[in-house]
Amino acid sequence: MSEHDCGCGKNPYMPEVATVLDVITESPTIKSFRVRFDNEEAWNSFTYQPGQVGQLSVFGVGESTFVINSQPSCKDYLQFSVMRAGEVTTALHKLHPGDKVGVRAPLGNWFPYEDWKGKDIIFVGGGIGMAPIRTIMLHVMEHASEYGKLRLLYGARTPEDMAFKGDLPSWLNSDVLETTLTVDRAEGEWPHRVGMIPSVLKELNPSPDNAIAVLCGPPIMIKFTLAAFRELGFKDENIVTTLERRMKCGIGICGRCNLGGKFVCLDGPVFTQAQLNNLPPEM
Amino acid sequence: MSNLLFATPKELTGWLSKLASGKRVMAPRQEGPSVVFRAYTAKELAAADVNALLKRSYSSPKQAILPQCETLVAFKSAKDPEDMSKLTTTVENPCVAEPTVLFGGRPCDARGFVVLDRPYLEGKFKDPYYAARREATVIVTQACPTVLNGCFCNWVGSDPADKEGSDVIFTAVDGGFVFEAVTEKGEALLAGAGFADAADKAEAVAAAHAAAAEALPAPSTLDHVQEKVAARFTDNAFWDKETVKCLSCGCCTFICPTCQCFTITDEGSQLDGRRLRSWDSCMTPLFTMETSGHNPRPTKANRMRNRVSHKFSFYPERYDGYFSCVGCGRCVVSCPVSLDIRHMVKAAVEGCDLVFEDAPVAEPAPVVEAPAPVAEAAPAQNPAPQKPASQKPSKGKSKKK
Repeated sequence: MSEHDCGCGKNPYMPEVATVLDVITESPTIKSFRVRFDNEEAWNSFTYQPGQVGQLSVFGVGESTFVINSQPSCKDYLQFSVMRAGEVTTALHKLHPGDKVGVRAPLGNWFPYEDWKGKDIIFVGGGIGMAPIRTIMLHVMEHASEYGKLRLLYGARTPEDMAFKGDLPSWLNSDVLETTLTVDRAEGEWPHRVGMIPSVLKELNPSPDNAIAVLCGPPIMIKFTLAAFRELGFKDENIVTTLERRMKCGIGICGRCNLGGKFVCLDGPVFTQAQLNNLPPEM
Repeated sequence: MSNLLFATPKELTGWLSKLASGKRVMAPRQEGPSVVFRAYTAKELAAADVNALLKRSYSSPKQAILPQCETLVAFKSAKDPEDMSKLTTTVENPCVAEPTVLFGGRPCDARGFVVLDRPYLEGKFKDPYYAARREATVIVTQACPTVLNGCFCNWVGSDPADKEGSDVIFTAVDGGFVFEAVTEKGEALLAGAGFADAADKAEAVAAAHAAAAEALPAPSTLDHVQEKVAARFTDNAFWDKETVKCLSCGCCTFICPTCQCFTITDEGSQLDGRRLRSWDSCMTPLFTMETSGHNPRPTKANRMRNRVSHKFSFYPERYDGYFSCVGCGRCVVSCPVSLDIRHMVKAAVEGCDLVFEDAPVAEPAPVVEAPAPVAEAAPAQNPAPQKPASQKPSKGKSKKK
């Protein structure tokens, strides 16, 4: 059976071979990889939506799921930010420009940014959870005139752990984005906030009227930030998050990332809190 | 000429032997203490005792279309001899879908593929490996001559002569077997068989089907099972109690004709390696364990809840009320600690206090025969006077509200 014999179009398991163009060290444990498909035709026809994920692989080691965190208007590369934690991520961290990776993308759903037009949006990212926020935030910033006030609250453990340092000056100085940075503990000089995301959020006191909250981060941060948003009067249908689960196929077949009858890889990873309330509590 | 054809045992093995010269013919085969589906050579089939080919297999025939392990991607990399820093990586799909005749499975086995078709073929993404093998396989099913211990196909909308999922179905009668094509694929396979017309055997076939159906214990009522199992989700005490004995061995999932889960792993190196798909089991803690150490299903109760809920609630929710269970009973008879999914589903449904608008008012619950004890076979030699097969729910579907 050749690849296109089966009469069912593209083989969803077949990765595009891509070349690493650039490796950016974001923090002691996070690196961003900018990659581009080797096949020009595949690259030129590739499109995706902010929030969609990809299976990034090191051949011979394995695949892992990461959000594409460059914005769709970027036609030069796809960016994935990877925290070193297990086998595949450790192998990824050893890569250099010129090395080959596999990419299966785009997978999953995306942020419903069309529905947010005319509304204020507050983005909240915690740690590596800033990666998916980056994609949708950059996309919305490119169309800022169509939205209300845009705000970002980005928190990390320490200044050293804060990723996307290359982006921070442009976010802090942006005309269309009001940026607040916070760390749990400051070491040395740190001109921004010190404090946990939920308490800083409450101090910022964003209005829930005609507003959307977009948050992503580790489970414990989500738990308390969600509570803070509810306390501020945000309704669950206006709180949007993107979930993480162990995934293999990425196309709703291999069976491990289900939340009740929904597959996070296929029906998610983006859900509103109102949608999550209707799914079994198995986080 | 009727659509029924008759073959003596000799004619049958002769036909299979002929088929095996151009196709892979898989049939039940005794291997040590187990019966498993294996490929036979033409020579083996020509000399085979037909009864050996008709044994009920311990594992499902799922592997004919979804192999336990297969290569999804073969990759190779080569350095440019002119510039050693330049690497070219190529990927290819080495899958070969061999024309296959899957012989001797039971109706529940054939229906298992219908259950797998929904996630593998009918979703947003189609699995090309499964699709190619499915297309290349003709399923020749034997209507169950007897009812075995653990059988409960009548709980999930089926019966021992169900044609769903089969291309050909055949029934044992005096002196041989009566074949009937179910699909065009089946018709094409039978066209060259040279079997005699068997219009006169229609009654004998119907009688054999009825006898097997009547031998099944009466089904338990699965009304609103989808909602009732879902309502049990947060009842931790229930799942803890039901899974106290569970060893998390995963046997139930590996022998199941409908379990769809797999993992993807790499072996070899970037220079010469493979990306493999292997069956995986939702009953092991590693199945959902994340790199961080976080596990959404850390306990065996969480995992059993997911397995039972997937088959009777999540899958029906996703696929129009169909169950992801064909009632073959393999998980029931093979569980080393005798856990019984029938018991779990029944307990989840019966103890559930959800109220539905169409619920009958003050009607006593139907008396349900207890399932046969696990250690004993319950063949059809002593058919118990049970409720007739017409009691079964609508074909293959749970009753919807």
